Amino acid sequence: MVDPRISVINQRLAKIGRIIAVSSGKGGVGKSMVATALALSLAKEGCRVGLFDVDFTGPSTHIILGVPSSVQPKEDKGLVPPAFMGVEYMSLVYFVGDNPAPLRGADVSNALIELLAVTQWGTLDYLIIDMPPGIGDAVLDLVRLVDRIEFLIITTPSLLAFEVVKKQVTLLCELKMPIVGVVENMKMDKSNAVELASEKLGLRYLGAIPFDTTVEEAIGSPEKLLETAVGKSMAQIKKAAKHKK
Amino acid sequence: MHEWALAEAILASAKRVAEQENLKEVTEVTIKVGELQQAEPPILRFALSQMKTETDLFKNAKFHILKAKSTLTCRVCATTWQFNLKKLDKTTAEAIHFVPEVAHTFVKCPKCGSPDFEIVSGRGVWLQDIKGAK
Repeated sequence: MVDPRISVINQRLAKIGRIIAVSSGKGGVGKSMVATALALSLAKEGCRVGLFDVDFTGPSTHIILGVPSSVQPKEDKGLVPPAFMGVEYMSLVYFVGDNPAPLRGADVSNALIELLAVTQWGTLDYLIIDMPPGIGDAVLDLVRLVDRIEFLIITTPSLLAFEVVKKQVTLLCELKMPIVGVVENMKMDKSNAVELASEKLGLRYLGAIPFDTTVEEAIGSPEKLLETAVGKSMAQIKKAAKHKK
Repeated sequence: MHEWALAEAILASAKRVAEQENLKEVTEVTIKVGELQQAEPPILRFALSQMKTETDLFKNAKFHILKAKSTLTCRVCATTWQFNLKKLDKTTAEAIHFVPEVAHTFVKCPKCGSPDFEIVSGRGVWLQDIKGAK
């Protein structure tokens, strides 16, 4: 028996310019915040942008964007993602609400394949994907299923974060996956350790996002998020995202 | 999955299989639809009939749609039970229709209450068989 969904995935993504997975081996480094800010910032300058939250068991981009619980995707030969501040947004939260989604590996893969197969993104310049932490099912499935996937790596200045990130980078390099570069989030000092370590791995260091206590207050307010250090740091990331290495 | 998106995926997949088997014309396609997905056979059949005209490959193809019962087995207490759509409200049933895995959010083991169960059968949609002429 053949799973027909696989055959249609790259067809669904055919009219998207770049597909960038915002990723990190480590949790808590700010992937969702960066992914959302990047999508909002690209949309603000006139790009057609989609944001897809594939952190199914711990989604948070809907909270950052302030997506009302009453909003649902429109049905039109699949599911058409609703737009917020110019960002077309898809997430499992449309279907589970605030309830937990306790999914094992095979279920994560199936849900991801389902949403990739059914979501009608249409024409976009960028699809930004907010990844779960680690190098598990979501990473392996996107590598397997999405022909033009690229990875944007997020770390913090912490050695703990970067050591785990290195494992992800090693895996992606072994799989010959394109890596847009490394972003150092929540930076609090002037150390260039992450920059040097990134360059040693052959990766572009795209810059640092200063630690900003006002980010917490911007949760749920996309306009405010773009005024924080995260939002304002998007210029350099966007510049790199627009020019392939 | 929405039936139209599903039909598109079935035809794309069937086309790929036909190419692999050097079929010049597909005459029969057998599809298995899991109960959990709740795809409506009449809508699916209509979508397939409309979309098959986009290529000569399926011009004379007949589509057989089989329904598969959904069986769930609890990983905690090993209880096996059948998915019962009638016990769900409309919103929940629709959510499971679009992404069957969200059953883990709304369905619990009838014996121990755990959401940690395996969907043994009847999850989604499968291309079971293709017949055609070389």
